Amino acid sequence: MLCATFIHTKVRMRPPIGLPKPLSASNPHRLPSTVARDDEHLLVAAAKRGDALAFEELVNRYEAKIFRLTMNITRNREDAEDAMQDAFLKSYAHLKDFQEDSRFYTWLVRIAANEALMRLRKRRPNQFSLDEPIEGDEDLLPRELEDWGPSPEQRFAQTEMHEILSEVIDKLEPDFRLVFVLRDVEELSTEETAKVLGISVPAVKSRLLRARLKLRQKLNRYFRQGGTN
Amino acid sequence: MNCKSVIREISDYIDGELELPVKQELERHLEHCEDCKMVVDQTRLTVEVFCDAKPVELPGDVKSRLHEALRRKLKEISN
Repeated sequence: MLCATFIHTKVRMRPPIGLPKPLSASNPHRLPSTVARDDEHLLVAAAKRGDALAFEELVNRYEAKIFRLTMNITRNREDAEDAMQDAFLKSYAHLKDFQEDSRFYTWLVRIAANEALMRLRKRRPNQFSLDEPIEGDEDLLPRELEDWGPSPEQRFAQTEMHEILSEVIDKLEPDFRLVFVLRDVEELSTEETAKVLGISVPAVKSRLLRARLKLRQKLNRYFRQGGTN
Repeated sequence: MNCKSVIREISDYIDGELELPVKQELERHLEHCEDCKMVVDQTRLTVEVFCDAKPVELPGDVKSRLHEALRRKLKEISN
């Protein structure tokens, strides 16, 4: 049955098949946590005692992810590098204040996100506001419903996939991008995301929903069956 | 539950955060609405491709400058 609600461009080729695991709330989306390793707390404890090599190991472990985070927020390489450097330097300087009630990586993400956010606000002072409420829900209705075919992830090489993801996230408005990056890429909880950005939990949820739908829409161009970029 | 309501609940649904009655109502809708099923599946996959993407290696020059800055900081603290 086709829904009259979706009144925009629609190309139905065949029902979706081959997508990963059928959805159900009893099998909810769970983000794989590959970040924390068993020895992280040992490295943190050693670094707190002044072991520079232990801290360097933590840096080696997370530098690529933190750079990806600051790049995703600022979309400017110079700002991203500065934000990453300052995040690591500040985390080392304030390591004694880290209470270990969360993962070290989560604490580091909070610091790095704040550094990156500060630079984004400085560079684009009037271009976005996280405080503005989102009015209405007319923008929610998806357009361009097309079958993505089986396993779009396997149709692209890793570098090609990186380029696609970078391009689509670059086009996302900053206030949606920030929430999506912290919540879905860096795996912060909704509450942690709200805390880092200084907005309410409902505001995070509302922006996250829109960010996900907008990204789905943008990915449609690449993932649709037989689609080209 | 109509299509618009389903779209509003997609995030909470794929995160497994819906109350049971709402979840059941949504799933009843998905059983007969191919469009909403497609949007739900593709939105979930959208989150997964971003989440699963491994970060690219830090560019060599960026890494050198980071570690140089760290060494300076560590030296400064130890002095």
